[in-house]
Amino acid sequence: MSGLNLNHVTKQFGNFTAVNDVNLSVPDGTFVCLLGPSGCGKTTLMRMIAGLDLPTGGSIELGGADITAVPTHKRDLGMVFQSLALFPHLTVGENIAYSLRIRGTPKDVQKKRVDELLAMIHLSGFADRSVAKLSGGQRQRVAIARALAISPKLFLLDEPLSALDAKLREAMQVELRQLQQRLGITTIVVTHDQREAMTMADTVVVMNGGEIRQAAAPVDIYRRPADSFVADFIGQTNLLPVAADSAGRASVLGEVVEGISLPAGAAKGMLSVRPEDVQLTAPGHGAIAGTVTFIRDLGGAIETFVEAGGTQVIAVSSPRNRPDVSVGQNVGIRLDPATSVVLAR
Amino acid sequence: MRREPPQRLADYGPLFFPAGMLTVFFVVPFATMIAVSFFQREQGGFYTPAFVFDNYARFISLFFGKVLGFSLFLAVAVAIACVLIGIPFTYLLSRSARKIQIVWLVVLLSILSLSEVMIGFAWSTLFSRTAGITNLFVWLGLMAQAQALTPSFGAVMTAMTYQAFPYTVLVLYPALVRLDPTLTEAARTLGASPVKAFFTVVVPALRNTILATLIMVFIFALGSYLLPQLLGRPQHWTLSVLITDQAIYQSNMPFAAAMAVFLVLVSLALVGLALYAGQQRQAK
Repeated sequence: MSGLNLNHVTKQFGNFTAVNDVNLSVPDGTFVCLLGPSGCGKTTLMRMIAGLDLPTGGSIELGGADITAVPTHKRDLGMVFQSLALFPHLTVGENIAYSLRIRGTPKDVQKKRVDELLAMIHLSGFADRSVAKLSGGQRQRVAIARALAISPKLFLLDEPLSALDAKLREAMQVELRQLQQRLGITTIVVTHDQREAMTMADTVVVMNGGEIRQAAAPVDIYRRPADSFVADFIGQTNLLPVAADSAGRASVLGEVVEGISLPAGAAKGMLSVRPEDVQLTAPGHGAIAGTVTFIRDLGGAIETFVEAGGTQVIAVSSPRNRPDVSVGQNVGIRLDPATSVVLAR
Repeated sequence: MRREPPQRLADYGPLFFPAGMLTVFFVVPFATMIAVSFFQREQGGFYTPAFVFDNYARFISLFFGKVLGFSLFLAVAVAIACVLIGIPFTYLLSRSARKIQIVWLVVLLSILSLSEVMIGFAWSTLFSRTAGITNLFVWLGLMAQAQALTPSFGAVMTAMTYQAFPYTVLVLYPALVRLDPTLTEAARTLGASPVKAFFTVVVPALRNTILATLIMVFIFALGSYLLPQLLGRPQHWTLSVLITDQAIYQSNMPFAAAMAVFLVLVSLALVGLALYAGQQRQAK
């Protein structure tokens, strides 16, 4: 089986379990984002894939071979570090050529490859510059080119864009994704930014507490979160308590909502409803009753905060469908069963 | 933080005290020494003001040339030995646990509290036939018979390297602690073994620090006069030994002063050359 396979990978630091029994299969040529809050084990997992940390349990396979105990420099990979780790004593060209020089590649082949990579990152003619004289985005690109110089099997990036400002970060996300698609290289990115993960990944792996909570395509992660952590971490969501009434129908905040059903045997659950799926209507007629507490007009979207049964519900609407409500007004809330997900409590 | 350059004379106030101290305790004595080096020596240990080159002329001989050459060679050798041992040691130290770092640094700093005399006698005991480490080797079965390792060039080198080592570590330590550990990790992901990563990334990134350390230990070792006398043969005596001999035992102040001035000029020239070479390489 080719690609990257993690089998029951575990990492313990003393009594602390940083990564707990992780199983993941990354097919060749896919782009995977490891996403989670800081301390969730995503960076440790990446360091184990790179061989910079050794797992305390489980095994790692790359291209069908077990690489669990193979030292980093013998694994066929390229990695971009959060600090970029460009060598300050080398020029741009020398930085990119480092992996070729270490492998004893002839000088003229090195030069040709460096020129190729510089053209790829739109920095032709920068070979003799000092890395200290580059801008943040240029340094980022040089780090990417350096990691790709030997055309590795696996491309790893640890929070690669976190040092860039918001605008440049968005542009680099798109650029990185396009580059990955063009090269068809298996890529794993660690990030805590869910927008970044949604933009770039074929598969988003949401981690928390050292464990994988869900691994799926971005849309599935957003539309069908596996648990309340994933629902809350990816985008904005309303988590509303659901309970079964005496007749077995699902009731949310005191109102029976048609079309929603609890799993068999469960009396309670959580309903995840995205703010854009919450509809504000006139009160009554089976709608959940609430009171508007705050309205936030962000220009591109309007967020209405409604207090219903002690829970805050946020509804997002576009300026075209500006809700005709004001603070203090009693309103009704309607949920779309098709876009709501019932989760275990 | 960027501040305005000083505008008025009073803004330079804080500099007056160190400048005064430097003048009184360095510039004036050194100027006196330069003056004395041109004085005429009288029989019986006195000298009279004059302006003669006799002292320098006497110095230009094969004998003193050899001594000067050996002094410079010894200082360079000690500097290189210190850096060769110091870099890997400090690198590993900077990567070890905080507790271990503190213990090592305290031990190294305590070496600084030892005077040169104590270091000299300690090593001469350790290298002696009767009570030295060779007895330990005999006991371990590594050697057939205990033997004296001093006086010898190796003994001089060992003691001087030992004495200069704490300074080496103290200069290298901050630079190595500041060195981004992901640099070596990056080198490893790019295909360099840990040893290769050390030589292709850590050492070149520390080039300026290494040069500064070499110069510091070189100057430190150039002034050493007790250890060569205690642990070496006469051919291992440095110029500093001869200067002391002339100044104190032969009472020939003008000649001692001339040698001291010459030694300062030669070492300044060498340091200048090293800095220049360092800059040339950096500019390239």
